Amino acid sequence: MTPPGTTALQAAILVLVAAGATAVVLMRQPSRQVVLLSVYGLLLAVLFFAFQAPDVALSQLTVGAVILPILFLLTLAKVRRQEE
Amino acid sequence: MTPGVRRGVFLAGMAAVLAFFLWGLVGLPGFGHYPGPYGDVLNAIGIRQTHATDIVSAVNFDYRAMDTLGEEFILFAAATGMGVVLRHLREERERSAVDEARDRTDPGTSEAVRVAAITFTGPTVVVGWYIVSHGQVSPGGGFQGGVILATAFAMIYLAGEFLALKRISPVPLADAVEAVGAASFAIIGISALGVGAAFLANVLPLGHMPGEVDSAGTIALISFFVGIEVTAAFVVVASEFLEQTLIVRRH
Amino acid sequence: MQIFPFIVVAWILAVGLYGIVTSRHLVHLIICLAVVQSSTYVLLLGVGYKAGAAAPFFSDIPRSTPAVDPVVQALALTDVVVEAAVSALLLALAVQAHKRFGTLDPEDLRQLQG
Repeated sequence: MTPPGTTALQAAILVLVAAGATAVVLMRQPSRQVVLLSVYGLLLAVLFFAFQAPDVALSQLTVGAVILPILFLLTLAKVRRQEE
Repeated sequence: MTPGVRRGVFLAGMAAVLAFFLWGLVGLPGFGHYPGPYGDVLNAIGIRQTHATDIVSAVNFDYRAMDTLGEEFILFAAATGMGVVLRHLREERERSAVDEARDRTDPGTSEAVRVAAITFTGPTVVVGWYIVSHGQVSPGGGFQGGVILATAFAMIYLAGEFLALKRISPVPLADAVEAVGAASFAIIGISALGVGAAFLANVLPLGHMPGEVDSAGTIALISFFVGIEVTAAFVVVASEFLEQTLIVRRH
Repeated sequence: MQIFPFIVVAWILAVGLYGIVTSRHLVHLIICLAVVQSSTYVLLLGVGYKAGAAAPFFSDIPRSTPAVDPVVQALALTDVVVEAAVSALLLALAVQAHKRFGTLDPEDLRQLQG
């Protein structure tokens, strides 16, 4: 029986997730921020696995690492083309 | 309000919110001490009642199917609304497209990206389809599988085949498929009324064995239609944004 | 360590809101909103977690195995997908704002309005 509270694995991933969220917010250049966002999405997916939620992890993996970055990058591409 | 003042107001407000949050945490059961009986009850009776071995799917598409119907219509409305916003823009754009012309050569897609994208398109479709159709048995279901299927379309674009993408998934068709997916969910719910059960009740035969693909009745069916709806929604969304970026590129 | 996951939730929420308040770029702002939303997933899954329990999937484990709460997982997983659609809608509005005003800086947009 695992003792109550977070396991070492969960605590380590939680620290990474908190650091990842901070990095995403503090990066002020949107194109680099998108890359950080997809890394953050992967970290969240790993955290959800550690929380015994493979269903949510699968959802987060595909949305956070694929769909969201595509949408943000397409928007940035569109905006840059308008500014040229 | 200057940025400095705003930051000050925010930090003060946030400090208050966090204080309340921490105060509330003290009274909560600690992490790992799940208190409520609801989840435990569902885990205990879910398989017997629905023949689905994935209790999360059973909750999504049976016990709380009403909530999921709402979620799905949020998705539907967001995708439709986005189409409305961008389509209006596209007209504006085409009127002023003349002075947009510039002689800039497009670097094109690299061979490495193209080969990788073509190689992975087929397997992605298979994986997405597997996850949509096995949601009642193992982790997965219409939402996750639908997103994976939509990424297969994104890969076709990455392979540099934008024309092929437009041919196999024209936006009006994807719109129609999306509507069919969303409507089918509601129709399944209403047809339960027809046989004298409650809205969205699981009225189909449950199959003989939990854990088999043809088990779980309406859970599998709703999961399938949600998969269709999610796929179409994200194909519409991605196509609209692609159109936007390519309008300038075209000339 | 029993409230550590919830403190992480509070941190993600606070840092995301800070990003929204201080943002000078609409795309940056929408990404910060996605970060704020992610705090709710961690909160939901943290509330439903049971120490030492398995995931609520019984295809290859005995049905009497203790499992974590499936309800919060169902909530979180649909929300993740809806989040993507909402972001798409907001991005479309940002594209339109840029189209009409030629800027993505919320400060400039506010001045244009006056």
